[in-house]
Formats: sequence, C-alpha cells, structure tokens
Amino acid sequence: MAETAVKEKEPLIGFGKTERRLLTDPLNDNNPITVQVLGICSALAVTSLVYPAVVMAIAVTLVTAFSNLFTSMLRQYIPKSVRMIVQLVIIATLVTIVELILKYFNYPIYKQLSVYIGLIITNCIVMGRLEAFAMANKPWRSFLDGIGNGLGYGAILIIVAIIREIFGKGSLFAGSPIELKIIGPTADYLINTTQSALFGWYTNNNLMVLPAAAMFIIGILIWIQRSYNSKLVDVS
Amino acid sequence: MDRNSSTYILGFVFILTASVAVALTGLREVTNEKAIQNEDIFNKRAILSALEGELPDGKTVDQLSDADVAAVFAAMEQPVIDMQGNVVEGEKAENIDLAQERKKPEADRHLPVYIYENGGEKFYILSVRGKGLWDEIWGTVVLKSDLNTISGVAFDHKGETPGLGAEIKDNPAFRGQFKGKQIYENGNYVSIKVRKGGAQNEQHEVDAISGSTVTSDGVTEMLYRGIKYYEPYLKNLQ
Repeated sequence: MAETAVKEKEPLIGFGKTERRLLTDPLNDNNPITVQVLGICSALAVTSLVYPAVVMAIAVTLVTAFSNLFTSMLRQYIPKSVRMIVQLVIIATLVTIVELILKYFNYPIYKQLSVYIGLIITNCIVMGRLEAFAMANKPWRSFLDGIGNGLGYGAILIIVAIIREIFGKGSLFAGSPIELKIIGPTADYLINTTQSALFGWYTNNNLMVLPAAAMFIIGILIWIQRSYNSKLVDVS
Repeated sequence: MDRNSSTYILGFVFILTASVAVALTGLREVTNEKAIQNEDIFNKRAILSALEGELPDGKTVDQLSDADVAAVFAAMEQPVIDMQGNVVEGEKAENIDLAQERKKPEADRHLPVYIYENGGEKFYILSVRGKGLWDEIWGTVVLKSDLNTISGVAFDHKGETPGLGAEIKDNPAFRGQFKGKQIYENGNYVSIKVRKGGAQNEQHEVDAISGSTVTSDGVTEMLYRGIKYYEPYLKNLQ
C-alpha cells in the first residue's frame, strides 16, 4: 500500500515511480470510496447531478492536497498531544476558504451543495490521509498523495453522478453552461419521448434521484472492481 | 525546546489559530461584498422564475444577465404592506425577509409586493411561506392585473425529498399547472388546492405529485393562508 514509509532519500520536488504511484494508487487499488469505504456520506448526497459532483470533487481534492501539504510542513513542530486538533484547524481553514471562494464565484452551486461543503471537514478521507501519510512524509509527496486521494474520491463521485443524472433526470451537467438534455418529454431534449416511436415508453427513474440509488451504484462498482482487480480479491 | 511542555503547546496552538483567524477574516472581508450581491441576485432570480413568459424580450430567467435581473427589480414598484392592507411608508419589498416576518405575531407582519409591468400589463408578485414535510417551503405567486388569475408561480424548499416533495421546485410541469387558475370564485376567496388523485375543479385545483402528500398539502395550506394575508390589500386595489 502507498503509506508504507518511504525510506530512500527523496528530492524536494521530483517525479519518479513513487510519486506516480501516489497519484495512481488511490484511483484503483486503494480507492478511498470503493476500497477503503470512506467519504460515503457525501458520495450519497451530492451525486444526483454531475455538475455539483464535479465541483465537490475539485473542492475535496484541493482540501486533501493542501491540508496534506501544510500538515506535512508542520509535522515536526506539531505537539503530539494536540495533533488531531491542529489537523482539524488546518482542514477547517481550507474548507472555509473553499466556501468563501464558491460564494464569490458561483453562488448557485454553493447553494446546491449547501452543508456538504462544510461537511468536508468531517470527511474521513481528509483526516485519514493526514494521520496515515502527511504526519510521516515530506511535503511534496504528501501533496501528491492528497491530490491522488481527492481524484480517487472524485472519480467515483462523477461516475455515480453520471449514471444517476442520465437515468434520473435524462440530462447531463444540468445547471452548468454545457448542459446536455438527452431524453425527456419536451422538445428541448435530444430524444423527445412524446414524439419518438422507439422511446415512447420511457420515463425517468425516480429511484435514481434518491440517495439510496448511490448506495446501489457504489455497491455494484465495488463488485465490478473486485472481479477485475486481482489485488483486491482476498483483502477482507 | 521541549515539544511536550505546556508552554510550547499553548504557544503553538495560539500562533496557529491566530494566524488562521487573521487570514480567514481577511479573505472574508475581500469576498463578502460580492457574495452578498450574488445572494441577492440569486433570490431575485427565484422570484423572477414565477414570471416565466412575461420577462423582457420573452427571455427565460437563465437567459437574463445579472445586470438585467437588477434592472428588472429597479424598474418595479415595490410597496410593503401591513396586515390591514395599507402601504407602509419608507420600506422596500426587497428588504423584507418573509422568514423573519413569520416569527412575528400575525398582526404585526409586513408583506412584500412587487408590481411588474410588461407591455402595459401589470403583474402583482406576492410571496408566500409555509411548511412542507421536513422543513420550510416558500413560493412566489404572480397575479394578473385582474387580481384573480394566476400568471405563474415558483416554489422552493429547504429540505423536501428529492424526486418526491422536491418536485414542487424541480418539475416545471407541476408549476405550469397553476397558470390561468383563479383564486376567487364569484368574489369569494377560495385559493388553489393541490389535490391528490387529480384536480377535479378546473378553476381552482391542480394535480398533486404522487408520493408526496404532506408536501402537497403544505403547498395548499401555504397558498391559502399566504394569499389570504394579501386580501385586504388586493381589495383596496380593486
């Protein structure tokens, strides 16, 4: 796994095999959602539409990356007895910054994500990476580890959101400038179910709009991943 | 220095939190003005979405730029009324927060009215607020100049179930049903009813959303009570 302590001397900013693995491991072999099963709460809540899911993925990636970086920079100075609190202060600061920036640049999305931006603070992925990696590694690698885990989380979020939005709403990227209306009962959609002879029976699946759908989809994703990835077969 | 001594720990935590506090306050100061503006425009767009079809140049709310939205509101007459239907001097509708007004005793509340003009026709925009299944719901009702026929509505909610109660906001077909309904029958106030199992009265009822009885009843109740608050004012206008 990625967090086994890195022994060889590392350059300040380099990009070798270890660094690449820090980025790619969380995408598959050590995915925070499907393998470590962390961050499920927001994965259920913000995946009904793709656009907010993308914003959420970016926000979490930024928070994990920079909290890893700052924690790692401070790791030799953080008193052991208050290290959790110090980590929380760092995370909370970054989350507040993300919140302020969203309010400034895109208020509707801020409204849509509502409490879930604030809840990044309690996302186990962030805290977990600080404890498992940033406290024991140098800043550059910690930063990459944060980006890797944020992307691993974001990838699952976006996959789930794409499935949920297509089948639940018949659209993609709704609410964004590149909104794509795919299937629905008015002329705005690519496939108009009231006109089409082939798709006249189609209606949106209401289950997909509910958080429960994300649970099923994530379960199925875990199943697919385990049947393809031999490294995960005897994990549990 | 001993990293486990109380002095070191206190000093470390103090410096960390102090610098974080200064940084965050600074960032907030810089972004706050724009953020408040954004929120204002966001709320105004929500109100304008009830005017769909009657907006300048036949545009939809999404096609209006932020400046257009502000311009529409600047051009509107914005009286504030009390519960007796009298106009309160020196107040402006966009400064009234209905959520706050609901906390006051009924007789002391102030209500916002927006009067919008398009092509010589006047539209009266009323705000209503009530309870859904999980939390508050609120909405905007636009009356045509006969003060009886509904031109359009918009609803929003704090936490209704997605796919069920949340459809009051997300489903344009639900909102669309209200167009052309009437709140008076032979001069008697009846409001609009959201009926489970399908509307029976063409003038005053709309179809409920299946699977969301409580939210639908909440909308009925919100409209009945909310529009009734405006009744004295509407009577004065006639």
